[in-house]
Amino acid sequence: MSDVTTDDRARALDAAGRIGKPEMVAALQAELPHEIVLHDDESLRPFECDGLSAYRTLPMIAVLPATIEQVQTVMRICYEYDTPVVARGAGTGLSGGALPLERGVLLSLAKFNRILDVDTDNLRATVQPGVRNLAISQEVDHLGLYYAPDPSSQIACSIGGNVAENSGGVHCLKYGLTTHNIVKLKIVTVDGERLTIGSDALDSPGYDLLALMTGSEGLLGVIVEIVVKLLPKPELAQVAMVAFDDVRAAGDAVANIIKAGIVPAGLEMLDSPAIIATEEFVHAGYPTEAAAILLCEIDGTEAEVAEDIERVRQVVNDSGASDVRISKNDGERALFWAGRKAAFPAMGRISPDYYCMDGTIPRKALADVLIGIGELSKKYGQRVANVFHAGDGNLHPLILYDANNPGELERTEEFGGAICELCLKHGGTITGEHGVGVEKIDQMCVQFPKAELLQFHAVKAAFDDKTLLNPGKAVPTLHRCAEFGAMHVHHGEVPFPELERL
Amino acid sequence: MTSTVESQDQTDALAERIKQAHVAGTPIAIAGSGSKRFLGEPVDTSTHDKLDMTAHRGIVSYEPGELVLTARAGTPLADIEAALADEGQRLAFEPPHYGAGATLGGTIAAGLSGPARPYAGAARDFVLGTRIINGQGEILRFGGEVMKNVAGYDLSRLMAGAHGTLGVLLEISLKVLPTPRTQQTRVFEHNAEQALAAFSSWAARPWPISATYWEAGRTYLRLSGATSSVDAAASALGGESVADDVDFWRGVREHERVFFTDGENALWRLSCAPAAPISDLPGSLALDWGGAQRWRVTDAPAEAVRDAARLHGGHATLYRGDARPRGQALAPALLAAHHRLKHAMDPAGILNPGRLIPEG
Repeated sequence: MSDVTTDDRARALDAAGRIGKPEMVAALQAELPHEIVLHDDESLRPFECDGLSAYRTLPMIAVLPATIEQVQTVMRICYEYDTPVVARGAGTGLSGGALPLERGVLLSLAKFNRILDVDTDNLRATVQPGVRNLAISQEVDHLGLYYAPDPSSQIACSIGGNVAENSGGVHCLKYGLTTHNIVKLKIVTVDGERLTIGSDALDSPGYDLLALMTGSEGLLGVIVEIVVKLLPKPELAQVAMVAFDDVRAAGDAVANIIKAGIVPAGLEMLDSPAIIATEEFVHAGYPTEAAAILLCEIDGTEAEVAEDIERVRQVVNDSGASDVRISKNDGERALFWAGRKAAFPAMGRISPDYYCMDGTIPRKALADVLIGIGELSKKYGQRVANVFHAGDGNLHPLILYDANNPGELERTEEFGGAICELCLKHGGTITGEHGVGVEKIDQMCVQFPKAELLQFHAVKAAFDDKTLLNPGKAVPTLHRCAEFGAMHVHHGEVPFPELERL
Repeated sequence: MTSTVESQDQTDALAERIKQAHVAGTPIAIAGSGSKRFLGEPVDTSTHDKLDMTAHRGIVSYEPGELVLTARAGTPLADIEAALADEGQRLAFEPPHYGAGATLGGTIAAGLSGPARPYAGAARDFVLGTRIINGQGEILRFGGEVMKNVAGYDLSRLMAGAHGTLGVLLEISLKVLPTPRTQQTRVFEHNAEQALAAFSSWAARPWPISATYWEAGRTYLRLSGATSSVDAAASALGGESVADDVDFWRGVREHERVFFTDGENALWRLSCAPAAPISDLPGSLALDWGGAQRWRVTDAPAEAVRDAARLHGGHATLYRGDARPRGQALAPALLAAHHRLKHAMDPAGILNPGRLIPEG
């Protein structure tokens, strides 16, 4: 765990309101039930971090509203006193997007945990933001329906957080991200007003604010209600587990499957360290001598699956696969997936700590980036296991480290930053689905030039004129980028040379 | 791959024009081929400088294995579709052209999608990245050429349907998909209520449906995908086979059918929840998008049409006729947010002012 008091990132989060803690507690308690306003250290402790637990900050106050009116009240009071607000769902995010502010209010939406309506005529569900992702699919399972986006944390993560992060999952290539699977949002604005965005129709008049709000990491408004699309469950799904002796051949096979006109429901890749660690853990039958394996899932009608899975077999054989196994039933399909799904805990068994990265690259760069990560691994002297959403070009390198060794976390973070920049070099992005949060705020300075960052800030100001919503996350200030640039010169250029430096 | 499409990069000249217009406060009317000029509120061309985008054209990159195509805004949509077809791929949202010269920029700016929209997704769903000129003449790039990207606000998708009012589209990167191996269309005798009920029950099952349409007592159902699964669905769902169904769906998409071209009355598009009951308006009706897009040829007063759409959580847009505004008014709080967003992207308010929302 890093020392946040001397951490530059913490300084970026140093926002504070016009009044101190006792006055703020009193202002909130004057209009809200006392028991939902938490302010002693012990009751604030559970909120000090999200899924990126290396960063911890105790919030000044946590509020747990149960109604939209209470959320409005909190926002109105915070707006009045210029107190910053961080909204939080289940707190499973991996980029520190819900990291509290030392002098801010943490707004937990945990009590918003009800599925309000299931509309089978229009195939939609109206849900509160604290509803768990998987709970939606469970609720409509008996109707033969489901909610498509399935981040790996779907047992625990909340749908409000999914919207804030535009979460993905294993099935994005065919079924899209969160942004493709929601139709309407109710939000509470920074000054406590309600706004409905999107509609019951497939489109709405005016700008596509639904797109803008999705993935905005809590910087533009507080989401209090969501209408999601439901899809009919596919008749059948089958998975091919394909082994390769060579990483490059596996990367090429991914492109060849796509080129053959097949759109797999899921197309995942594990490299050798990930295969070995997961096989030891769950015994999914992965070939531990392989350099890489692909898991290619095809879903649809029975006829369609039979037709496409044969085509997959042909393509991967032509691409140099050393072994192909097709799941014979749902039990075997679950077993093939078990390894992939246990990849993270498997790393936890072989290393005291691991750091999960997230970047997206063009599919054609898969092999080069994997090899590049291998070289970085040697340079930093740290092991890496790679699990990919290969179909989307979305990689999740897991850097193994031991936080008890002095300096190792810092080195790991530097290694992670180098991986981000490797993704950018290959035409990719620093985050595919985990968000920027506090984790990748510095890499944003590398991905985006000054004019784009200023445009982001202008858009933010259109929704949050006092910069109170989750300040310090997602989009760096130019000043911050100048500081980052001073220690980190990109391609020999000094970013923001026009900024004054003291 | 190299493209045969004529390629020309006008970025710097276009940005310079906007920079000057920003300083002078001159309103700019962004123009492609004009095929979708009939949509949105009319822009007074006597007081505006026209920004012709058609010379800024060409496919910048296209790699079939990546499922991504990037092209300049002035590229004819037909050229893009031809380049994709050569590789067995397509734009899965089946954009309407509404004219032979339709450009990619106009297609995305108007945010229109064809018959596949409820099943494959809308234009905005396929936008991966854009390069734009904002209202200050700055050249900005958002999103990228990868499938998943959550770095920064999603200003790329925001451009879809913004009618150029938030920025001049320079380049657009789109997700493209393989063309389904086969398609066929079945037709059923239904009244409008039966058609809506059929749409609902079909949508709840995993059939390989790619379009649904009802007009004049007949429901049309298009199935697309693997041959085996399309055949299986066709025999399970019944109906009669439709010959030359490619022409049929083009007629729906391009409004070439008599339903759309005949008569003097106003043509309205009503966008609503797919299963919303059919409202009682005079004139003729067609149901598209599984019921979520309804076409009305009617002499009913504009407010009656708008109320009918609003009643079911939707909105109405005028495609042919004199009513103004053509679109539906926004709630005051939402309109205020639109004005602030417009100001953030285009502080001097010079880009297609008034075309999508009333000026603030």
